Amino acid sequence: MSDTHAHSAAFVRTETLPEMPPPPGETGIVKWLRANLFANVPNAILTLVSLWAIYALLAGFIPWFTNAVWSAEDIRDCQAQLDGTRGACFAVISERWHQLLFGIAYPQDQYWRPILAFILLFLSAAPLLFSKLPRNLLVLTLIYPFLGYWLLWGGTIVAPLVALAGVLVGFAVYQRLVTGSFAMGFFGGIAAAFVAWWIGGFITGAAEGVLALEPVASRDMGGFMLNMILGTVCVSLSLPIGIMLALGRQSDMIIIKWICVVFIEFIRGVPLITLLFVASVVLAYFFPPGTNQDLILRVIIMITMFSSAYIAEVIRGGLAALPRGQYEAADSLGLDYPQAMRLIVLPQALKISIPGIVNVAVGLFKDTTLVSVISMFDLVGVVRGPIFSSTEWAGVYWEVWGFAALLFFIVCYSISQYSQWLERQLATDHR
Amino acid sequence: MSAISEEAVPSFRLSMLVYDTRYRSLTFQFIALAVLIAFMAFMGMNLVRNLAAAGLNISYNFLGDTAGYDINQTLIDYTNQSTHQRAAIVGILNTLLVAFLGCVTATVLGVFAGILRLSGNWLVAKLMAAYVEAFRNVPVLIWILIIGTVVTTLPAPSAYRGETPDSEMLFGVIALTNRGIYIPAPVWGPGSMIVVAAFILSILGAIMYRRYATKLLYDTGKLLPMGWPTLVILIVPSLLVFFIMGRPIGLDYPALQGFNFQGGIQVQRPLIALWLALSIYTGAFIAENVRAGILAVSKGQTEAASALGLRPNRTMSLVVLPQALRVIIPPLISQYLNITKNSSLAIAVGYADITATLGGITLNQTGRAIEAVLLLMLFYLVISLAISAVMNVYNKSVALKER
Amino acid sequence: MKAYAFIGALASAGLTAGVAGAATLDDVKASGVLKCGVNTGLVGFASPNANGEWEGFDIAFCRAVAAAVLGDGSAVEFVPTTGKTRFTALASGEIDVLSRNTTWTFTRDVDLGFSFAGVNYYDGQGFIVRKDLGVSSATELDGATICVQTGTTTELNLADYFRNNNISYEPVPVETNSEAQPLYLDGACDAYTTDASGLAATRATFEDADAHMLLPEIISKEPLGPLTRQGDDQWADIVRWTLNALIAAEELGVTSANLEQMAGGSNNPEINRLLGTDGDLGAMLGLDADWAKRAIAVSGNYGEIFAANIGEGTPIALARGLNAQWTQGGLIYAPPFR
Repeated sequence: MSDTHAHSAAFVRTETLPEMPPPPGETGIVKWLRANLFANVPNAILTLVSLWAIYALLAGFIPWFTNAVWSAEDIRDCQAQLDGTRGACFAVISERWHQLLFGIAYPQDQYWRPILAFILLFLSAAPLLFSKLPRNLLVLTLIYPFLGYWLLWGGTIVAPLVALAGVLVGFAVYQRLVTGSFAMGFFGGIAAAFVAWWIGGFITGAAEGVLALEPVASRDMGGFMLNMILGTVCVSLSLPIGIMLALGRQSDMIIIKWICVVFIEFIRGVPLITLLFVASVVLAYFFPPGTNQDLILRVIIMITMFSSAYIAEVIRGGLAALPRGQYEAADSLGLDYPQAMRLIVLPQALKISIPGIVNVAVGLFKDTTLVSVISMFDLVGVVRGPIFSSTEWAGVYWEVWGFAALLFFIVCYSISQYSQWLERQLATDHR
Repeated sequence: MSAISEEAVPSFRLSMLVYDTRYRSLTFQFIALAVLIAFMAFMGMNLVRNLAAAGLNISYNFLGDTAGYDINQTLIDYTNQSTHQRAAIVGILNTLLVAFLGCVTATVLGVFAGILRLSGNWLVAKLMAAYVEAFRNVPVLIWILIIGTVVTTLPAPSAYRGETPDSEMLFGVIALTNRGIYIPAPVWGPGSMIVVAAFILSILGAIMYRRYATKLLYDTGKLLPMGWPTLVILIVPSLLVFFIMGRPIGLDYPALQGFNFQGGIQVQRPLIALWLALSIYTGAFIAENVRAGILAVSKGQTEAASALGLRPNRTMSLVVLPQALRVIIPPLISQYLNITKNSSLAIAVGYADITATLGGITLNQTGRAIEAVLLLMLFYLVISLAISAVMNVYNKSVALKER
Repeated sequence: MKAYAFIGALASAGLTAGVAGAATLDDVKASGVLKCGVNTGLVGFASPNANGEWEGFDIAFCRAVAAAVLGDGSAVEFVPTTGKTRFTALASGEIDVLSRNTTWTFTRDVDLGFSFAGVNYYDGQGFIVRKDLGVSSATELDGATICVQTGTTTELNLADYFRNNNISYEPVPVETNSEAQPLYLDGACDAYTTDASGLAATRATFEDADAHMLLPEIISKEPLGPLTRQGDDQWADIVRWTLNALIAAEELGVTSANLEQMAGGSNNPEINRLLGTDGDLGAMLGLDADWAKRAIAVSGNYGEIFAANIGEGTPIALARGLNAQWTQGGLIYAPPFR
C-alpha cells in the first residue's frame, strides 16, 4: 500500500518543514489587542467608550495635578500663583498636614511618638498576620497595647507596666487553675489581675515621674491618628466580645442565647451614627452621677459594641461551617464545653472566619470617620472643622478630600489585598 | 443484684448547682439574668438620678408641639406649623425614598459592574476593578461629601439667565442646576385616564403575547420573534389612543421665573447627591457580590451551555445568573440594609431624612435627646427587621427549589 | 457592680476624665483645668489656628474665667461642640461652661435647665445676597432658595419671618458655616442667613466681598452669652461676674495696659472694689481678691477682647453697634460692683 503510494506520487517530502512564524494578526500586541479589546463589535464599542472615559478623566486630572502649587500662605496666594490656570492647591496639605494626620492639638514636638507607635503596630501585628514568622515575635504583640498606650498618651511608663503585670499575673493564675476547671481559671485570673492592678495603683501613684513622656489628653488626639486608634482599639476589643456573643448565640442555654440574639440584632439593626448619638448625647445620663467619662471613651464603648455584634455574626458563620463531626468528636473524647471550644472548635472556626473578620475590620475602620458628626476632630472632622472654617483655606475642597480619600484607600486596600492573599492561603480545597 | 439495680435517687444538694451538668446551665443562666437585671437597674437608677439632678424628665409630649421649622423636601403636606411628629414622618418618608432609589440604582450599577469586571475585554475589566476598589476602600462619608461638592459645581440657575446664557438646557427641557434637576412634568388633561388605561391594557397584551410565544416554543419548537412585537404592542395602541383623544397628556416644562426654575418636577440637590453617593458606593460592593456569585457557578455550567449552542449573553442570562442569584441574594440583602443605614448620613449634604429631622432639628430645638435618639433607633430597627424578614421569606422560596 | 469594675479598670488605665459634681468650682479647682464648650470652628469667635491653638471672642471669655478661678488663662480644655451636642455636654458635666454663641431663649433657660450668665454679644439674624440679584430688602425674597444652618434658632426665625410676611422660600439646610459658603458662592442658594456677626465674618473671607451685601432687615434678637448648669449658683455667679468684670473694666477705663497701675489703688472706689484693693468681693464668690484682675489681665477688658477678635481692625470688621457700652449708646451694661 505504502509502496504503491510512494511510486504513484511525484514528490514526497521526507522531513518536516521548519515552523513558520504565526501570521502577524495572531501574535504579539496585535493578537492581544484583538483577543482582549476588539474581540467583536460590542466589545470594540465598550473599549472605545472606556478609552474615552479614561481620556476624559486624565485630561482633567493631569493638568490639575501638574500645575499644582505646593507652597503658599493661603488660598488667595495660591490662586495668585496659579494665575488663572487650572491647578491644584496642594499647599493646604503641606501647610496643614500635621493637623490632618495628628489632629489640631497633639504637641508638634511629640509627633515621633505616634509615628513610632504606628510602625510598631505593623511589627506587632505581623506575627498575627503571617503565620510563617517566628512565634516568639508574639511577645511584641503582647507588649504592644501597653507600649502603644504609653507612646500615644504619655505619662509615666509605670502605669502601662503595672497594667501589663496585672495581665501577666492574671494569666499565670489562669494557667494554674485552668487544669481544675475553666470557669475557676477564668474568674480566678480576672480576680488576680484586679488585685495586681489595685496593688500596682499605689506604685503608679508613687512613681509619677519615672520615664515619663509628656502626657497628652485623649481630647487632643485627632486627625488620621484618631481613626487609626479607634479602628485598632475597637477591633481588638471586639474580638473576644464577638467570640463570646457568637458562642452565646449558639448556646443551648435559652436565656443566654436570647440575650445574645437581642443584643446582636439590635446593634446590627441600627446605624452606627445613632449609636454615636447615644455616645455623645445619651450615654452620659447612664453613668453614675458624679462620674464623667471622656467622649473618646464613650465612643470606644459604642463602636466596640457595634463591631462585636458584626464580628459575632462572622464567627457564628465559622462555627456553623464547621462539620458537625468536630463537635461530636470533641464530645466523644470526653472534653467538657470550655475544653472542646478552646481546643477543637474555636481554632478551626476562627480560621474559617478570618477573611470575614478582616472585612468587618476594614468596614469598621472606614466607619470611624462618622465620629466627625459628633464634633470629634478625626481626619474628616479636621477637614470640615478647622480647615474649612479657617480664613486661609476656606474654598479648598478637592485637594483635602483627595488626600483624605487617598489615606483611607492605602490602608483599606492593603488590608483587603492581605485578606485575599490569606483566603488563597487558607483555601485548601482544590477547585 | 439488688445492689446493681438500685435506683439512684440522689437527693438535691446545693453543690449540684455547680457540678451537675443538668443544673449547671440553669445556674449560669440565673446568674447571667441576675447580672443583666442588676446592670439594667443600675443604669436605670443612674438615669433617674441624673435626670432628677438636671431637672429633666422623659416625656414624648414634644412630638405634639409645633415644629416651627421648614423642610425642603416633603412628600406629604407639611408646613412649619405642623407638629414634630409630622416632621418625623416627613423624615421617615424621605429616608425610605432615598433608600429605595439607592437600592434600585445600586443593584443595576452593581450587576453591570460585576459582570463587566469578568468580561473578556481587558480594559473594561480593569476599569471596573478600579471603580470597585476605589469606592470600596474609602469611607462612605467621604464619598457623600465629595459627591455633594461635585453636585454643587453644576451651573447655578442664574447661569441659564440672560440673552446669551452660560448654560443651555438639555434638549431644551431638562435643566441641570446645583439646586437640583428640573424635568418636565406630565399634565393630566381630561381623557388622559383612557390613554393610561390603554397603556395598561397593552402591557397586559405584551405579557400575554410573550406567554403565548413561550408556550408555542415549548410545544412546537416554533420560535416567534420576541423583541420588536413586544415593543409594538406596548407603544402603538397607546399612541393611537393618545392622538385619537386629542393629546390629553401635556408636559409642563420647567422655566426660569424669579429666583429659580418653576414648573416641572424638581429633584433637589441633596436628594441627587445622596442618591448618587449611596448607589455608586454600594454598587461597588454589590459588584463584588455579583462577581463572587458568578464565579461560584461551576465552570461546567457555562461550558454545557456553550455546548448546547447558547450565545454568551444567553448563557449569562439563562444559565449563569439564575444559579448565581442564590449566592448573590443574601449579601445583596445586607447591602440593602446598609444603604438604609448609611442614608442616615444624609445631613452631610443637607437631605432631610429622619436623622436630620427627628434626630437633628427636633432634637436640637426641644433638647429631648434621649427620647429622640430612642425613637430614631426604633425606626431603623423596625426597618431593618422588616427588610430582613421580607428577604428571608424570598430567600427560603429560592432555596427550596434547590435539588 | 460590673459597671463599677469596668470603669475601675479603665480608670486604672488612666482614661478617666475629671469628676463633675454639684460643686463645679471645687471640681475645676481639683482638676486644675476649666472645660469650656466652644464652637467647632467659627472664625473670630472660636477656631483653632494653624498651630492648633484656639482663638476668638468666645475663647477669650473662657480664658478669663480660667484665670479668675485657677489663676492661669491657659488652663482651659476646649471641647468642640456642635449644635446638637452642646446642651448635653453641659448638662452631663462634660463641660463646665458653654461659651458658644448660644442664644438666650426662654426654653433653654427654663425648660432645658441652664443658667445664662448674661449677654456678651447682642446679635440679630440677617441675610447676605449677591448685589447682582437685584434685591434690596428681605421682603423681596419671595420664592428664593435660602441656606440656613440647622439646629439653630436661625432656622426657626427664618420660618417665622417668612410666615409673618406671607412669602415663601425654599430652605437648604447646612450643618456648619463653612459648608454654607460654597453653596452660597456657587449659587445653590440665593441668600444665606445666620447671625449678622457670622455673615460679616463670612463675607470677610470672600474673594469678591464687594459683590455681596447684607440686607437691612435684622429679623430676630439673638442675645448670645455663656451658660452654666442650673442648680450651682456659686459657679453661675462666678461666670456671670467674670463677664460683668470684663464689661465693667471697659466702662471704668481699666485696660490690660494700665491694669497694674490701677491695681495699685485709684481714686475710684468701684475700681478698687473690682480689682480687690478694697473690700472682699472675691471672697464672696469663693475666690481670692485678685480674681477680676487676673481675668482682665489675660486678654484685656471687654472692649479689648472685642477689638482683638472681631473688631474693625480684624478681617471680620464688626462695628460695636449694640455692643457698645451703655454710655456710648449700646446695650452692654454691667451691674455695679458693690
